[in-house]
Amino acid sequence: MLRYSLKRLMSLGLSLLAASAVIFLAIEVVPGDPASYMLGINAQPDTISALREELGLNVSALSRYVTWVTGMLTGDFGTSYTYRTPVVDMIGDRIMISLPLAIYALTLSTLIAFPAGILAASKRGSVTDVSIMGATQLGVAIPNFWFAMLLVVVFSINLRWFSAGGFPGWDEGLFVGLKALTLPAIALALPQASILARVMRSALIDTMNEDFIRTARAKGLTRRQAMWRHALRNAMIPVLTIIGLQFSFLMAGAIIIENVFFLPGLGRLVFQSISQRDLIVVESVVMLLVFAVVLVTFLVDIAYAAVDPRLRGRS
Amino acid sequence: MSFLTAALRNRSFMIGAILAALFVGAALVSYLWTPFDVTKLDIAHKLQTPSTEHWFGTDHFGRDIFAMIMVGARTSIAVAVVAVGIGIILGVPLGLAAAARKDSLMDEIIMRTNDLVFAFPALLIAIMITAVFGPSAINAIIAIGIFNIPVFARLTRGAALSLWTRDFVLSARVAGKNATRISVEHILPNILNLLIVQGSVQFSLGILAEAGLSYVGLGAQPPIPSWGRMLAESQTMISFAPHLAIFPGMAIVLTVLGLNLMGDGLRDLLDPRLRRART
Repeated sequence: MLRYSLKRLMSLGLSLLAASAVIFLAIEVVPGDPASYMLGINAQPDTISALREELGLNVSALSRYVTWVTGMLTGDFGTSYTYRTPVVDMIGDRIMISLPLAIYALTLSTLIAFPAGILAASKRGSVTDVSIMGATQLGVAIPNFWFAMLLVVVFSINLRWFSAGGFPGWDEGLFVGLKALTLPAIALALPQASILARVMRSALIDTMNEDFIRTARAKGLTRRQAMWRHALRNAMIPVLTIIGLQFSFLMAGAIIIENVFFLPGLGRLVFQSISQRDLIVVESVVMLLVFAVVLVTFLVDIAYAAVDPRLRGRS
Repeated sequence: MSFLTAALRNRSFMIGAILAALFVGAALVSYLWTPFDVTKLDIAHKLQTPSTEHWFGTDHFGRDIFAMIMVGARTSIAVAVVAVGIGIILGVPLGLAAAARKDSLMDEIIMRTNDLVFAFPALLIAIMITAVFGPSAINAIIAIGIFNIPVFARLTRGAALSLWTRDFVLSARVAGKNATRISVEHILPNILNLLIVQGSVQFSLGILAEAGLSYVGLGAQPPIPSWGRMLAESQTMISFAPHLAIFPGMAIVLTVLGLNLMGDGLRDLLDPRLRRART
């Protein structure tokens, strides 16, 4: 298990290094000079040159890349070109909204999907199953930002239960903060819950057809007992994969949803930075999100190996 | 039973195909006819609710929403089709090549590059491309297309690997055919069904992705109508003119739903083993 974990950890490090090179090449080695952009069209060449010097843009691309990567390893993401504040502080403030939002949405998605998937599988072919599957088919087809807009119309404008947007800050209390994130989390969770419920159902149905379930039934267990005691745990492997994948989709999906609800999270930061050509912020946020995706994949792999020893040999 | 008869009897496929055909038809008809000119502003008739004259009402510039949805279908469909095309054209040969030389350095490079691309959700690719080249429909296509490449490469490699162990491939090797010919003449026709089904899934994901990118301003730019941007523009007016958001949103939902149902139906039709397992 330790050898497997170390091997996966090495692969994680290599993936991150490759991703950092791709992000840097894509964003930094491009036409368009941030200094010229920041100073506007009437700027004098010597002023631009001075700002380039100050921003550290006069050194070679390779040197900038090495500085960026080694800086990130020590928690120094550089300084924002626009706001002249450390990027790590800007990200730190925003992630306190984006990360809880993704976790909240993932929790909701799991809470909806598990009972729905289990119910559909246990009543396979019935009206309940068809209704749940029909609802999930619709859930997958609804764009989350449109669903978010409809939630605002119903729960903010008409019923006035929630605010239509903005975030009061965690200083106002946990309940107030969670309340502000509730509609965005529901909007993010709906499509993911639909996918997860479908995976849960089919994994459970597949497992119920396995020989060991037949043995359990032959020993006298009812279908329901066999499902709860044996099938459910075995059906969790594909479900875990999807949950792992969903976390990264939720982090990325939050970028759009934050725009619907005017939440000052990473998504808003990235769009502001694009419009201001604050490239160091864009590349740092993208790198952070890629890190989240790669890390979650790594953790899911490790969780698999812990649950099912057969998988350790397949690396 | 012929494929056509089976298709006509498959409820999921038929409902999906009708919905998808409706929107593809609307996009095609929009080249010849739209009830109103979508580029013509008519402020005197702005924000009208649905009526016999304007079926879906008008927007804040007085433009007919039904006509905009027809023209917007072109953008969504074009972006999704080209993005799926990029995924197939680049992903399938890469997957075939990786499977033909399993465990070789080439296989390793292709699969590790795929893993790397997978670490970037389509939205992040779009953000990077936009940060560099600015927002446009072309950049949305590239972003969604890049994301599709590893999807098709992995699928192709997985399916092709199992075929490489089959007797008919061995016979082809004995007959002296090289890996490329075997891949093209024997492997590819046998995985075509799988690719068609995945194509329909990626097509619907492409429509959703295009709408999302246009919504945040990274996709098609004015004056090209797009469903995502129609929703973005409606956001500030949704409390007093909800029809601005309802109709484009419904267009996206019905198109994606249609394509998903069609994909499910196709899967059943093209793989009878799956049909037995699902029922």
